Amino acid sequence: MTLASSDTAEPQAPPRGTGRLSGRVLGLVIAVAVLAIAVFLSLALGARQVDLSSVIGAIFDPQSGDTNQMVIRDLRVPRTIIGLVAGAALALAGAVVQGLTRNPLADPGLLGVNAGASLFVVLGITFFGVSSAFGQVWFAFAGAAAATVVVYLVSSGRSGPTPVALTLAGSAVTAALTSIITLVLLGNLDTLNQFRFWAVGSLVGRSLDSLAVFGPFVLVGAVLALSLGRTLNVLSLGEDVARGLGGHVGRARVLASVAVVLLCGSATALAGPIVFVGLVVPHIARRFVGADYRWVLAYSLVLGPTLLVLADVVGRLVLAPAELEAGLVVAFIGAPVMIALVRSKRLGVL
Amino acid sequence: MATVATRPETSAESSVVRARRLGRRRAAIVSGVLALLVLAVAATALSVGAYVVSLPDLLATLAGVGEPRDEFIVLTLRLPRILLGMLAGLSFALAGGLFQSLLGNPLASPDIIGISHGASAAAVAALLIFGLSGLAVAGAAFVGAVVVATAIYLLAWRSGLTGYRFVLIGIATAFLVQGILGYLLTRADVRDAQAALLWLVGSLSGARWDDILLLGGALAVLVPLVAILAPRLRVLQLGDQSAAGLGLAVQPSRLALLAVAVGLTAVATAAVGPIAFVAFVSAPIARRMVGGLALLPTALVGTLLVVASDFIAQHLLPGDVQVPVGIITGAVGAPYLLWLLATTNRSGAVR
Repeated sequence: MTLASSDTAEPQAPPRGTGRLSGRVLGLVIAVAVLAIAVFLSLALGARQVDLSSVIGAIFDPQSGDTNQMVIRDLRVPRTIIGLVAGAALALAGAVVQGLTRNPLADPGLLGVNAGASLFVVLGITFFGVSSAFGQVWFAFAGAAAATVVVYLVSSGRSGPTPVALTLAGSAVTAALTSIITLVLLGNLDTLNQFRFWAVGSLVGRSLDSLAVFGPFVLVGAVLALSLGRTLNVLSLGEDVARGLGGHVGRARVLASVAVVLLCGSATALAGPIVFVGLVVPHIARRFVGADYRWVLAYSLVLGPTLLVLADVVGRLVLAPAELEAGLVVAFIGAPVMIALVRSKRLGVL
Repeated sequence: MATVATRPETSAESSVVRARRLGRRRAAIVSGVLALLVLAVAATALSVGAYVVSLPDLLATLAGVGEPRDEFIVLTLRLPRILLGMLAGLSFALAGGLFQSLLGNPLASPDIIGISHGASAAAVAALLIFGLSGLAVAGAAFVGAVVVATAIYLLAWRSGLTGYRFVLIGIATAFLVQGILGYLLTRADVRDAQAALLWLVGSLSGARWDDILLLGGALAVLVPLVAILAPRLRVLQLGDQSAAGLGLAVQPSRLALLAVAVGLTAVATAAVGPIAFVAFVSAPIARRMVGGLALLPTALVGTLLVVASDFIAQHLLPGDVQVPVGIITGAVGAPYLLWLLATTNRSGAVR
């Protein structure tokens, strides 16, 4: 890179060719179309057979007495919306964490951030009797923040940890927090009963009221994350280079951490500790747009919800009429992807 | 060699020899102290309880000349629990030490990279889906650990095995298996789920002589294997290339050591459940005191940890509450681990 001769101080700018740009925009349009199809499938498919006219009717021409429409409006619409919000939040958080730690295997779930949120929610339910979504959100944020601090401390050494070290640290944090969660649950049957359904990562049984609580936080986190694209591009050059280019490394790290806490805390409180969405989605995005974080983030915003909503649909169909939780389906997709990533190349630093 | 110490012109070679000798003496002293501590805690646990057996009575009972009442309380009620705890602690600690040395990372213990998770999921499936109990659950746990470890090994194999691939694929597997575990817990009645959770914590209650004989028999095979393979592990720690240069068959040696470590994890988990963090913390504690591979001190630290934790869980909690041993090791181990993570990175311990 011939930065010295360049008058724009913008490192790692994508090629300015309009062909590349229009290709990326076109790809994004296609991704949105796929997302729309996923949403439609989520409304149309399930244990109860519903014909097409009911799906369209439920949205555009609501009838109060129609059972099919009620199934769609009261059951499938909420879980779809929650899937959309949680999927977007987790995918964006994953992209930000991968940029922040320069680690291709980073995922908020793998790093223990979800486990932190889980622990604090459990503590809230058990010791403070918090059952409302509005109460849980603060516990979820506090837990996500605490776990993020641990991850931050581990990752802020002089040269930064290797992917193995960081992933191991996250896994160890998860093990420690899970152990404490188990201790709390063991003595408390009611909390266990609430927790076990939430802990597998399900989109079912959450009311849209909780969305009104978490929605604004996700929105702020998402806007923050999307605005970090250029910063993450600078950070990806390495801390010293980033500093040399005039980047505020410390401020960037703090902003990125705030975005991760907001997104993960909300998503975990909404849908449970879902792992692997944040790992898989940014990698799929990179396949299409390369390493430029501005585009990776934009694609993640669309692909994340697609993955989670489709996982929920698959979970409804494979064991019908019983259901497999979306979080478990994502794990069955995500773990092989992670294994393939580990096998495919020498893991460098992003 | 005492004269060497007094001579100022000691050559480099003999100072190495001397350092080794000092290291060995230090290891012997530390091991001796640890063994005494284990004995002291075990003796206390044998005599203290709702009915107190005095030390002379205890010794007489152990020698086989005690009163019938003491004999019942000590030999039938208390001794199995302590023996099982000692064997399990030894087994977990050795397994953790082997994994951490083999994979070159102080965090890479079997309870973090998926082996224990495999045992847990299989045992919970046996409990909740098939309604099994006792020895059948132990068998399921053993099979689960071995199957998961084999899967990780095969998936990580790519013209050879490297530590980082094994660790990362182990973690991916751990999260996947954790998901399955969560799914199993949601499908059962909440009381059964609680019983499963109890198994997941790890407990020594209900220890029977059968369990001890099984675990002891397995250890009678595995521990000598550890002793035989330990020199190879020392060479492996020099790095694959150096080890190969020294004439060691690297991959077969690593496979043998991994197999023994998996075996230790599997038998211990099958016997008492995955007692939290014993495998994780024992070797780092031992190495902080001794240095080097420190397998004997590691085993003793694990033994002491389980026996002492169980004593606390049984007798020292406020309000006379009795809890499974895993609660204590988890409550102590989890914060220790978080503290370790948050503080030691700068010194490069987590790499």
